[in-house]
Amino acid sequence: MGKKGKSKIKKRLKYFSNTRVYEYQDQAFKYFGLFCTLIGVVVLMLLLGDVLYRGLSRLDWDFIMGLPSRRAARAGIFTAWVGTLWIMVLTAVIAFPIGISAGLYLEEYNKRSRLSNIIEINIANLAGVPSIIYGLLGLELFARALRLGESVLTGALTLSLLILPIIIVSTREALKAVPYSIREGSYALGASKWQTIWFQVLPAGVSGIFTGVILSLSRAIGETAPLIVIGALTFVPFVPEGVLDSFTVLPIQIFNWVSRPQKEFSENAAAAIIILLSITFIMNGIAVYIRHKWQKKVKW
Amino acid sequence: MKIEAKNVHVYYGSDHVLKGVTLSIKKNTVTALIGPSGCGKSTFLRCFNRMNDLIENARVEGEIQIEGVDIYHPKINVNELRKTVGMVFQKPNPFPKSIFENVAYGLRVNGVKDNALIEEKVESSLRGAALWDEVKDKLKKSALALSGGQQQRLCIARALAVEPSVLLMDEPASALDPISSTKIEELIYSLKANYTILIVTHNMQQASRTSDKTAFFYMGDLVEYDDTRTLFTNPKKERTQNYITGRFG
Ligand SMILES: Nc1ncnc2c1ncn2[C@@H]1O[C@H](COP(=O)(O)OP(=O)(O)O)[C@@H](O)[C@H]1O
Ligand SMILES: [Mg+2]
Repeated sequence: MGKKGKSKIKKRLKYFSNTRVYEYQDQAFKYFGLFCTLIGVVVLMLLLGDVLYRGLSRLDWDFIMGLPSRRAARAGIFTAWVGTLWIMVLTAVIAFPIGISAGLYLEEYNKRSRLSNIIEINIANLAGVPSIIYGLLGLELFARALRLGESVLTGALTLSLLILPIIIVSTREALKAVPYSIREGSYALGASKWQTIWFQVLPAGVSGIFTGVILSLSRAIGETAPLIVIGALTFVPFVPEGVLDSFTVLPIQIFNWVSRPQKEFSENAAAAIIILLSITFIMNGIAVYIRHKWQKKVKW
Repeated sequence: MKIEAKNVHVYYGSDHVLKGVTLSIKKNTVTALIGPSGCGKSTFLRCFNRMNDLIENARVEGEIQIEGVDIYHPKINVNELRKTVGMVFQKPNPFPKSIFENVAYGLRVNGVKDNALIEEKVESSLRGAALWDEVKDKLKKSALALSGGQQQRLCIARALAVEPSVLLMDEPASALDPISSTKIEELIYSLKANYTILIVTHNMQQASRTSDKTAFFYMGDLVEYDDTRTLFTNPKKERTQNYITGRFG
């Protein structure tokens, strides 16, 4: 390389030397991001630590299997977590088939109609409606108009309404993520639309759908406001034996306990929170597991 | 005469992308469709198994007959048509299932329940696609674990399983490495005995090696259609000449 060429390169390097700034930006953002992440994690850890510290000593078999009582030391959460289980199962039974079918219909059968557009916008809006509004709707519609009262069924129907938009949206997202080439391949072999959806699209999208519905359910069991509005009670000395029995759930029990001034009740609340969080974490864990397991199998 | 296209027009909305194509194809021959990107080769190919029906704003006019049957007749069962006219796509698109299930799928959606028959068909189709020896010990494994070339041969096997008489291939080797590409080419050559094949390709050598007839498209028109050797050595139109010598497109 001649002298001239060399100096050209030198000039060029000099010219580009201000790209250093971008490197600093990069670094700066990296540390800022790390800082933000740490804030989230640390706060969460502090909260968890606090709850564990206050509640763990209260947590024992008698507490879990005990019936509610006005005396803090004797009170248990048996009716509350059984109520939560009831609500969970019933909500799943009601909301999953309806939500998944609706998502499937909107995504696969009615993609570009005006109706579907309107529905889509509305569903997106519904997902943002405060949950207490659903409670009021449930109170009027299920508890009063349909005369279901303050029953497990009313609660499950109300929470189903609450999570339907989430299920529909996540089902659609999961189906959207299934590549068109899979459908094309199926149609090209002479499969009907129904066969293509049933044998190819749904199985390929199932992990996404399941993840979505499980997360929506874990949202539902944490809800308190709508259930208070429909009249779920705090003091229910028996577990529901049918869908028309009255009930309580963990969040309501917790809400009740934290609103009392005595220290013993706040310990009870912390212990109940541990149980509620455990249920939520387990469900989220299942969602993560499903996604992970299927992702390994289904890749394109 | 096996396949006959008469004055075929295709529109995407108001875009007129295929402007009156007429051509006839003999049984058990390989016909190559060549031309610059966007000239309508894939669109034309998709007319023969009515995959254009799936595209929302696509409209096909004109007539296509396969063995004398008008495939756009309202009484035609499109799913049956697609079993007769198989298709292989540009990018290998195996289903996210096992190798076995990929090939068996076409039979299952046809209502075949006899497992012995399905196994037999899977094997013969994989042999037909020159893949059997490579996969016979891992039929239960995911098809997605195969290499690109193997996946494409699996897609060919999948198409063969439903016993089509016509095979449409849209640049089947363009996403593959040269060795896999050669394998596909050899495969096409061996399939000619039993199938009528239409293949879109960007590769001139491939077109001249594998096909009997070649159709050159340009901007929605069929410019020239002739015996492959004639078209490549002695094209009648200047456009064709320019294209095959690489002067444009
Ligand atoms: N689904 C579609 N919607 C609208 N236009 C399309 C669609 N598919 C292809 N086209 C247009 O039709 C023309 C022909 O496309 P195509 O048949 O894919 O060409 P080729 O396969 O020869 O590259 C192109 O201009 C392309 O943009
Ligand atoms: Mg193309």
